Amino acid sequence: MRLLLGSFLAFAAAAFIGLGTTWLALNDGVAYGGITIGAWTAWPKNGTPGIDPYARAMVARSGELPVGSGDGVTFFARTDDDAHPFDGRCDVAVSGTTPQARFWTLTLYDPEGKLVANSAQRHGFTSQEVIRNADGTFDITVGPRARPGNWLPTGGVDRYVLALRLYDTPVGLATRSGRDTPMPTVAQKGCP
Amino acid sequence: MIRFALWLLSGILLGGVVHLATVLLLPRMANQDAYSRLMPLTPVNKVVPVPAPSPEKAAMPFMDPAFAMAVCRYDLTKAPLKFSVPISQAYTSVSFYTRADTAYYAINDRAAGRRVIELDLMTAEQHSEVPENEEITAADRLIVESPTNTGLIVIKALAAEPGLLPLAQNLLTAARCLPQAQ
Repeated sequence: MRLLLGSFLAFAAAAFIGLGTTWLALNDGVAYGGITIGAWTAWPKNGTPGIDPYARAMVARSGELPVGSGDGVTFFARTDDDAHPFDGRCDVAVSGTTPQARFWTLTLYDPEGKLVANSAQRHGFTSQEVIRNADGTFDITVGPRARPGNWLPTGGVDRYVLALRLYDTPVGLATRSGRDTPMPTVAQKGCP
Repeated sequence: MIRFALWLLSGILLGGVVHLATVLLLPRMANQDAYSRLMPLTPVNKVVPVPAPSPEKAAMPFMDPAFAMAVCRYDLTKAPLKFSVPISQAYTSVSFYTRADTAYYAINDRAAGRRVIELDLMTAEQHSEVPENEEITAADRLIVESPTNTGLIVIKALAAEPGLLPLAQNLLTAARCLPQAQ
């Protein structure tokens, strides 16, 4: 009887701890080898055969295809530079320059990776179409209401994710944050 | 009491094993991964366009809407594959993924260095059977080795502005992936 009770306890603990930690690890995005620059984080290793088992499990679960390392690298931002989570009802300014790349695209997704419906039917910018300042920098306003200049609509959603993809870029596995990788700043402007 | 603690300890240790096992096995069990999502859309060894993502519908999450995309779901069991795609004015890339959605190779138009990206895709075994003395070993033939028999070739062409998307999509219709005649 004791044996039965004991083994039952052990198996219950094993299932709870094992599955619980797996669930936590995959939901909170535990992945190794990330490069964080300001609000942006990229996992260049996810585009190589050296992708770590946690990232591999996350990719399998979400159904996305990571950008291959010979193609480019994806930086994600879920918060502004001061670590405030993005709120689709607020205005956020994304401005500055990007690291060296032949092309880049900035895209807004909901947390599940879907595009967000909006009246302007705009889901992002490419490096070709963004309007730049005289010194080559750009200012993009991410917000619910139309703005002059580069306006990326949030559609008023609660939470969103920004993805900055650099294509044909030297940024990759060996990159550290620093002068060679000037990522755009992300600042919350105003909240109703 | 000590016995109780020992059972609990063994449970915790076993929990660690369960954690590692589930993380490692999950990719094999997943039925919503990119390969499985694309399976119903894509016949084997044929280039098929993937519809541009929209808020209502997307083949996969986190697709870049600035790109036209086409996929060749390959199977090398019978024969190696010949792949080619003309490059666009903006940016064209070809990425290779295993059955488990791991990117193992990617090339872009600049790296290819000409108007057409052309390459042969084969398994390591098929590669070793390629006769070396023939002229095919010449540098102009790019050979890519696939670690798995099946997988995905993803071809992307950039539309620098939304109006250029049909042009990019049109370009990808010229992409070919054909099994080599034996």
